[in-house]
Amino acid sequence: MMRNMRYKKPVDPFEEMSFDGAEEKIEFDDFNLWYGDNHVLRDVDLEINASMITAFMGPSGCGKSSLLRSINRMNDLIPECRYEGEIEIDDVDINGPDVDVYELRKRVGMVFQRPNPFPTSIHDNVAYGPRIHGITKGRELDQVVERSLREAALWDEVSDRLGDSALSLSGGQQQRLCIARALAVEPEIILLDEPCSALDPIATTKIEALMRRLKEKYTVILVTHNLQQAARVSDMTAFMYLGRIVEFDRTREIFENPREELTENYITGKFG
Amino acid sequence: MNKLTNEKIMFNAFKVVAFTIVAIVLGLLLFIFARGVSVLSLDFLTSPPENGMMGGGISSPILGTLLIMCMTVVFAIPLGIGAAIFLSEYTDNVDPRITRMVRLAINNLAGVPSIVYGLLGLGLFVLFMNFGFSVLSASLTLSFLTLPVIIAASEEALRNVPRGYREASLALGATKWETVRNVVLPSALPGILTACILGLSRAAGETAPLLMTGAAYYLPRFSGNILRQFMALSTHIFYMATQSPNPDLTRPIQYGTITVLLIIVLSMNLVAVLVRSYYRRKLR
Amino acid sequence: MKRGSERPIEGALFFSAIVSIIILGLIFIFLLREAIPTFFEISIIDFLFGREWFPASFKNPRFGALPLMMGSFLVVFFAVLIAVPLGLICAVYIAEIADPRLSEIMKPVIEILAGIPSVVYGFIALVLLSGAIQNAFNTTYRLNAFNGALILSIMILPTIISISEDAIVAVPRDYKEASLALGATRWETIRRVTLPSSKSGIAVAIMLGLGRAVGETMAVLMATGNSPLITLNPLSSVQTMTAVIAIEMGEVVFGSLHYHALFAIGLLLFIITFAINFVVDRLIHRGMGVRG
Repeated sequence: MMRNMRYKKPVDPFEEMSFDGAEEKIEFDDFNLWYGDNHVLRDVDLEINASMITAFMGPSGCGKSSLLRSINRMNDLIPECRYEGEIEIDDVDINGPDVDVYELRKRVGMVFQRPNPFPTSIHDNVAYGPRIHGITKGRELDQVVERSLREAALWDEVSDRLGDSALSLSGGQQQRLCIARALAVEPEIILLDEPCSALDPIATTKIEALMRRLKEKYTVILVTHNLQQAARVSDMTAFMYLGRIVEFDRTREIFENPREELTENYITGKFG
Repeated sequence: MNKLTNEKIMFNAFKVVAFTIVAIVLGLLLFIFARGVSVLSLDFLTSPPENGMMGGGISSPILGTLLIMCMTVVFAIPLGIGAAIFLSEYTDNVDPRITRMVRLAINNLAGVPSIVYGLLGLGLFVLFMNFGFSVLSASLTLSFLTLPVIIAASEEALRNVPRGYREASLALGATKWETVRNVVLPSALPGILTACILGLSRAAGETAPLLMTGAAYYLPRFSGNILRQFMALSTHIFYMATQSPNPDLTRPIQYGTITVLLIIVLSMNLVAVLVRSYYRRKLR
Repeated sequence: MKRGSERPIEGALFFSAIVSIIILGLIFIFLLREAIPTFFEISIIDFLFGREWFPASFKNPRFGALPLMMGSFLVVFFAVLIAVPLGLICAVYIAEIADPRLSEIMKPVIEILAGIPSVVYGFIALVLLSGAIQNAFNTTYRLNAFNGALILSIMILPTIISISEDAIVAVPRDYKEASLALGATRWETIRRVTLPSSKSGIAVAIMLGLGRAVGETMAVLMATGNSPLITLNPLSSVQTMTAVIAIEMGEVVFGSLHYHALFAIGLLLFIITFAINFVVDRLIHRGMGVRG
């Protein structure tokens, strides 16, 4: 059945995309999550592949942030949190007893909704992660800082003032700094929790471009409440509602050819 | 009577009351300062009391107060900050009943009169643990007294550190203590510093607990031995004003002593207030 | 690679927190330990309701706490009577009436006043205030309860002012704006809306001031004349519970009945301030519940 194109995308990257040989990176197996009595995630079965951008989208309260935070076990910090099921990264259950959660969080980086740089210098923000994980030599740190800032497309703007306070940067720059900070520990997976919601359109565009570049090297997962952003940026999209994955498919299919009525209603703005 | 006139009268009355009160107290203080400053000389500050309290300077009380303050710092600050960190950062995995008991204890300790702390010091340190009347007994007693103040204010400083910092640090793979040590504590440091300074200045001015745990009436030679008795500025004022042979004659010494004590206490308060407002402005 | 167990650090922090419980326990234990022997020789009734405190008598030393309780009560009563209205006026002035820049100056000034050592206030009362009061009221005793009450009221003013001010400032702007929008004047708004809304916070302020007043030692010691008389006349010399402990503990033989009796007074004092604290706790939690 033909459906109308509802979104005109300026770029159509799907033509170049190859899904063959995409390796599975993260797998959710019958995963359930509770905050106290609140059943936040229900029977999640999901496979996320490397080197692409996967978006979680859905109305407020659908569980997308909770799903994201399960991947780097930030939910551990919530006292009444309980889970069932498995999450595997590279076929290893990340909630297993032998897993070093600090090592996990090194391999899975996170960028938050509101930029949260430390109240120190730009250099020290980026150097924080590597320092924690054992790099102490100044020169090594400087190299890591430069590499990360370049990767985050921020180097040109701050290379001459690395000693300045991170709080003197604009919102968009701060967020790119946070991305650089996350990249500095050389993760394999990058989680972004509504990274642009506190930013203006220009900063948003820069970060979206950055995400497209990052996916070549990393597994990128994006939570967003902005439909257009999901459509613009991601390769795969999961639509969530009330803790369940309603539909998970290539982004193009989700937006042009949704299988579920719920998905279609959400995309056409009937709720959420 | 017209509503607005009524209001004007009330507001002016209030203004008068407020200003009068402040003026009276400041006036009294200035009066003391005026009398005291004329007594202050290098000699006064560096020579010990003489003549059975009838003359001489106040070097031993000054040194005594400083020694007590230093020792109180050693005991009270690590424990106080430690407790504050625990209450602010580490209560997730602890039985909430214990946390509630700790908070209850701290709130109650804050309201305990200083003389009751003195009684505790007497019963526990002087007698039971046999430290006797000494700098040690007095410092430990003052540490107990200062602890609730330091804990309460430090905890508030820690809570004011934005959650985002902790989340960012943990998401980078840092452990809880690494996060506290590298991110939270440095951020809360000005507030904690203010708390410690204010707590200490309170300790410097305390008298009753010292009377009961080791302050001496007349001990001109400062020995620095923490197991011996000592003189202190606060107790010196008390003794001179009430128990010296001729309080009226030694009035100048009393004014001088008060002035020195006030300078110490008020400048500490001033520093604390400045630290706090400087960092408040810096964070904007 | 697990980065080291943090257990020792967490243990140390936990211990630091537990210390407060330990200290409170120690206060209980030692007060009881040293106070209870009193009641081997005197009955509790004789202690609490005995009308004379006269330990110095050779033949018949008496240890009735009533004069001391009355002394504390008299001094505290008048202190609170004076300080509460004045404190509230100042608080309202700073919070609502004064120019904000003026408030910004007055608040630290009040904080500094709070930092003045009690012995300095005692000195003021002893040397400066008492003479003035004697001249004004032609008193028999230069050092009396009123002298103590007056200096005590000055001492608790900063507490009452700053906590009341916090309570008044915490009243949501919406309430005040609603009142003004209906045509009320600022004064009417303060009287009818702001003050009633901050009632519980003000109650906390008063109770905290009360607690401070009850526990104050040096200022009343130097100001009230230290005569344990049962009287309601504020111009008479009295002695408070706090003062008797401070003064007489330096002269007792440790282990004597007098020594234990002083601890008994201390226990009494502790119970009273504990009770006041309990009420404050309840007030704070009730206030928070209502607002939440």
